[in-house]
Amino acid sequence: MTEIFGIPTVALFGQLLIGLINGSFYALLSLGLAVIFGLLNIINFAHGAQYMLGAFCAYLLLEKAGIGYWWSLLLAPIIVGITGLVIERTMLKQLYKLDHLYGLLLTFGLALIIEGLFRNEFGSSGQPYPIPAELAGGKNLGFMFLPVYRGWVIFASLAVCLGTWFLIEKTRLGAYLRAATENPQLVQAFGINVPRMITLTYGFGVALAAFAGVMAGPIYQVSPQMGANIIIVVFAVVVIGGMGSIMGSIVTGFGLGLIEGLTKVFYPEASNTVIFIIMAIVLLIKPAGLFGTQK
Amino acid sequence: MAVLRKMTAAVAFAFAATGAQAQISGDVIKIGVMNDMSGLYADIGGPGSVIAAKMAVEDFGAAKKGMKVEVLAADHQNKPDVGSTLARQWYDVEGVDVIVDVPTSSVALAVNQVTRDKGKAFLVTGAATSDLTGKACSPNTIHWLYDTWMLANGTGSAIVKTGGDSWFFLTADYAFGHALERDTAEVVKKNGGKVLGAVRHPLSTQDFSSFLLQAQASKAKIIGLANAGGDTINSIKQAAEFGIVQAGQNLAGLLVFLTDVHGLGLKTAQGLILTEAWYWDLNDSTRAWAKRFAKQHGGKYPSMDHAGVYSAVIHYLKTVEALKTDDGTKVIAKMKATPTDDPLFGKGSIRQDGRKIHPVYLFEVKKPSESKGPYDYYKVRATIPAEQAFRPMKDGGCPLVK
Repeated sequence: MTEIFGIPTVALFGQLLIGLINGSFYALLSLGLAVIFGLLNIINFAHGAQYMLGAFCAYLLLEKAGIGYWWSLLLAPIIVGITGLVIERTMLKQLYKLDHLYGLLLTFGLALIIEGLFRNEFGSSGQPYPIPAELAGGKNLGFMFLPVYRGWVIFASLAVCLGTWFLIEKTRLGAYLRAATENPQLVQAFGINVPRMITLTYGFGVALAAFAGVMAGPIYQVSPQMGANIIIVVFAVVVIGGMGSIMGSIVTGFGLGLIEGLTKVFYPEASNTVIFIIMAIVLLIKPAGLFGTQK
Repeated sequence: MAVLRKMTAAVAFAFAATGAQAQISGDVIKIGVMNDMSGLYADIGGPGSVIAAKMAVEDFGAAKKGMKVEVLAADHQNKPDVGSTLARQWYDVEGVDVIVDVPTSSVALAVNQVTRDKGKAFLVTGAATSDLTGKACSPNTIHWLYDTWMLANGTGSAIVKTGGDSWFFLTADYAFGHALERDTAEVVKKNGGKVLGAVRHPLSTQDFSSFLLQAQASKAKIIGLANAGGDTINSIKQAAEFGIVQAGQNLAGLLVFLTDVHGLGLKTAQGLILTEAWYWDLNDSTRAWAKRFAKQHGGKYPSMDHAGVYSAVIHYLKTVEALKTDDGTKVIAKMKATPTDDPLFGKGSIRQDGRKIHPVYLFEVKKPSESKGPYDYYKVRATIPAEQAFRPMKDGGCPLVK
């Protein structure tokens, strides 16, 4: 059996695959954050709470309405996206002319409120959410046993990430959006409803978070903490990738998932901190992030 | 003249204060419930422990006896520095007399030290490390409910004896995980088994897939989960996903609470073997208390930690009433000398090293078809009598034991 640094290659590939799966969640979440920050200049600290809301929405849809996973994948992002629209319309709108910091404080406060409410209601141990029957079981790939559901996670998040990137970078709608954030007055003068675009963009970013939440439900516990645990790492991913760059956050998300996976094999005690160490290094060398541009 | 008067008054007050040694400090007994209110251990203790403490104060009848008792609560966030700062502030500024609960062994060890330095009292129900009655034992601390030695010898021993003789540990990388891994490894080796390896994961990990993969690669018959709360739930859930049990390995949940089983659901948790010191469905007295507790706790039934807090506070208040002082060292000494008796644990006793002993139970989680109602999760496999359940006093290395 061949070995790399004392770990059999077979085991290593298994860990890399797992790293890729984690990277999918990082990529999806950091994509939402990058969209919101890149296009709206809002630091959305509530992103983790919205991820949690997506998972809870799926759980409640199942518990109360018997609606299964596949419909939840569609409905939960829409429902949570609508709450995002409401938040933007009522609260965030007032803060655009002020410093970034106020947006951060508002969304941070929102995150604490949402998580506190859910924790009060549901406790912290989490709720079970079953893996949908079509995706249950696993395939023995030879070097590891891959649960089908985890394979689906990689596939779905790649599809959504690339779809979003395409939407923003290559379509006309995306072009309007990017123009609207560069120069809102001019774009508005052309007759495009800029405030509505901004609201919809925030809603879209939130919907992406909720989508990630629904996907996370079957494998991680649906718990009020799930957002708080992951959001810090996702912010690190976005900072490393470059705050405004869509492709940057996708690539960095998957890349950092891989690096974290490797760390878990060679030195698991550091698996929590390796991403922040990389962030510190990147900020020292390239403060705008790997793919970011100095504004 | 005015200055002299003020100084005399101040000196008089000082004398009055020191003269009041045989009395309750500040005329109020303050009980501080410190635990994880918002993280992975919040369901095990959390706000439920505050409810349990208040129920104890009520049932003790403090108001009728003319004793003023206050219950404070705070969140230590599973961080030892937060815990010890909180303990210091409580003891020095707020006049708290006794701290109860404190899950998360690293925080408990820190609070243990602060309590000893300040001569107060510490009734630890939530934390597990057997070091609290071993090398870290203190005349100001009673380890009330359970510890890693008891868990290792309950669950660990039972599993080894049924053929699980090769182990791989999944350990939470802090004081508790290390203590549990150490005590269980000892039991495994004593019974002729082997420990094939261990992987240490950070506290409050979401994703165990990588660690479970390493456990699979070790080909050990038993994967010992030396973690608790949200970590255990995630490990078990993800192990089911990776087909670990189907492939022939078994999981040993070394520390599992009723609330964890509730979070997992019986479908996933069925068949798990675990050791607990208390269960709500043991007898009429525990059932009645559990229902009262559930009414105040949003329908959620109590964990053994909640029962432990209730029992500890009752014994503490009885002792303070008898001694008429809340001086920590004196009260703890008297608590050790007095046998305990409460509606939840029945009769018990506290040893010189600060270890309370009571019978513990080996439970098996029921199948979904066997459960007749909410929280009806356990069947009793065995009862381990008090004398055998805990580490013999002479083996602990506690300096208080002569």
